[in-house]
Amino acid sequence: MSASQTKGLLVEFASGEELLSAVRRVRRELPSVALEAYSPCALEGMDEALGYRRDAVAGWMLLGAVIGGVGTYALEWYSAVFNYPINVGGRPTASWPAFLPPALEMTVLGAAVFGVLAMLIGNGLPRLNHPLFDVKAFERASADRFFMVARLDAPDIDLQTLRELCRSLSALAVEEVAQ
Amino acid sequence: MSALPGNAAESFLLAPGQTYSSVTKAVSAISLHRRFGRYWLIGLAIALALCSLLLFGVGWLLHQGVGIWGINMPVAWAFAICDYVWWIGIGMGGTFISGALYLARKNWRSSINRYAEAMTVFAVAVSGIFPILHLGRPWFFYWLFPYPDVMNVWPQWRSSLEWDFFAILAYLSVSILYWYVGMIPDLATLRDHAPTLRTARFYGFLALGWRGEARQWRRFESLSLLLAGLAVPLVFSVHSMVALDFSEAAAPGWHSTIFPPFFVAGALFSGFAMVLVLGIPMRRMLGLEDYITGRHLNNLAKVMLAAGLVVAYGYLSEMFSAFYSMDRYELAVTLRRLMGAYAWTFWGTIACNVLSIQLLWFARLRSNDAVLFGIALAVLIGMWLERFMLIVTTLYQDFVPSSWGMYYPTFWDIAFLIGSIGLFLLMFLLFVRILPVVSMFELRKLVSKGEGGTA
Repeated sequence: MSASQTKGLLVEFASGEELLSAVRRVRRELPSVALEAYSPCALEGMDEALGYRRDAVAGWMLLGAVIGGVGTYALEWYSAVFNYPINVGGRPTASWPAFLPPALEMTVLGAAVFGVLAMLIGNGLPRLNHPLFDVKAFERASADRFFMVARLDAPDIDLQTLRELCRSLSALAVEEVAQ
Repeated sequence: MSALPGNAAESFLLAPGQTYSSVTKAVSAISLHRRFGRYWLIGLAIALALCSLLLFGVGWLLHQGVGIWGINMPVAWAFAICDYVWWIGIGMGGTFISGALYLARKNWRSSINRYAEAMTVFAVAVSGIFPILHLGRPWFFYWLFPYPDVMNVWPQWRSSLEWDFFAILAYLSVSILYWYVGMIPDLATLRDHAPTLRTARFYGFLALGWRGEARQWRRFESLSLLLAGLAVPLVFSVHSMVALDFSEAAAPGWHSTIFPPFFVAGALFSGFAMVLVLGIPMRRMLGLEDYITGRHLNNLAKVMLAAGLVVAYGYLSEMFSAFYSMDRYELAVTLRRLMGAYAWTFWGTIACNVLSIQLLWFARLRSNDAVLFGIALAVLIGMWLERFMLIVTTLYQDFVPSSWGMYYPTFWDIAFLIGSIGLFLLMFLLFVRILPVVSMFELRKLVSKGEGGTA
């Protein structure tokens, strides 16, 4: 791979602790480098190390819950009160306690569907192929190896500086990737 | 937890010396490399035979109508509703394990939640067949759904049967989503370890391109937590609605406020029993003893015992309120349950659901796989009998003696029951063969917390 194609460095680690300390160190020494961390299970403290604060899943789920619940209730109310009212011995047509069970179920369903969609879309999935899948070693990212990708996006970073920093980490391997 | 002498596995959630790679290798090998031998094929053959019976039965039912079952007036609900309540109740155990135990941060759910969730999805799917077939004209089942139709009629929102439709719809959809999304990281592992390109494509397609990036994990974990939080009220509401099918009716023996919690406890009870019935042979045949250990079975047995005691309290409370009310119809139903034509179903229920589980007080019996399997099977049978007892003893002698009548199951009643077991078995056998039966990424979390090897 020629240097002009290189978009970043893929650094491989044997443990989550090493990955975590490497991320912390790169963030400290070269704060403008964009980092990605890959691990076979969620690592505690990684969000803070990478500086992620919030994700939008909860917000979308709330929206889904409101749409599911309020929407179902509104449909019930519209059909039973407005569109097709049935007078049963003078009982009120808007029998709200009986309307609640379907509305409750659809609240949960709405939240779940929106949550799953928010997770997938936020994560850029489905995306069946990815440049990282071309790296042979990356196969183990879903089993027992930990990877950091340091991207060369920032203008003030050159490949040489980044490579030296990455080599000084307790890494198993450092590879150039065209991500 | 005190370990029994000579049974070291008792105190482990994960056998000692497990690492990230050993966990990955052992679990992914089941889907990727394992040759499924005679037992699996025999199971598959039985399941397929029972499924054909079910399929044939459904065809016959569509042709002839629900009259092929033994239902009639006054017993218009019988096997189909028993089967429905039984299966949806079984489903609840899986959701409880993945939802409530996740919220309670119980580590021991990690290696059993995947197959318990699969059990939930299959059981709820099977259960949904019965109310639809019971409709009489099942091809119009979509009338339950509020869609803009040319007839200008709407579903009856005040009917508990309509609530049930929404409950099953939501429960099945959320269970499938929860199960599938929770499997995505493990499907990615299978993709990355697949021996052939074809297998890699299959799992790669299902894994949706999961890479395990920190941001992906972050959203994944948020979603898992929130879905777990939703799953708990969902299962409670779903089974309460099943109970409302009964207690909304003004029939003695059904019209009772204890029904929703009583049904929820019964569902949990049978769900945990099914988790044991599936887990005990599965862990032995697939060699998963290092992951599904004696401690898991022990904990499941304890929860089953606790749920069973709540169910026993339900029986007692129903009996008490009948005598306390001195309502002649309530009393009549209660006495009929104890001594009537179907008294054997009541006493069978008590033997299976109340007496058999008392053995679980003994730690030595809890650690014996054969005993545990037998008790769990007895509980499943008992919970089916309980639904039969609740339904038929209320219906067969109602308020007017002139309309009393007996109910006898026909060949097709039994065919649908065992056929539904076959369908469930078929789905479970295929699941075990194709999909990761234990959640690998959750086991890795246990490894990183040092569970493997700590006594």
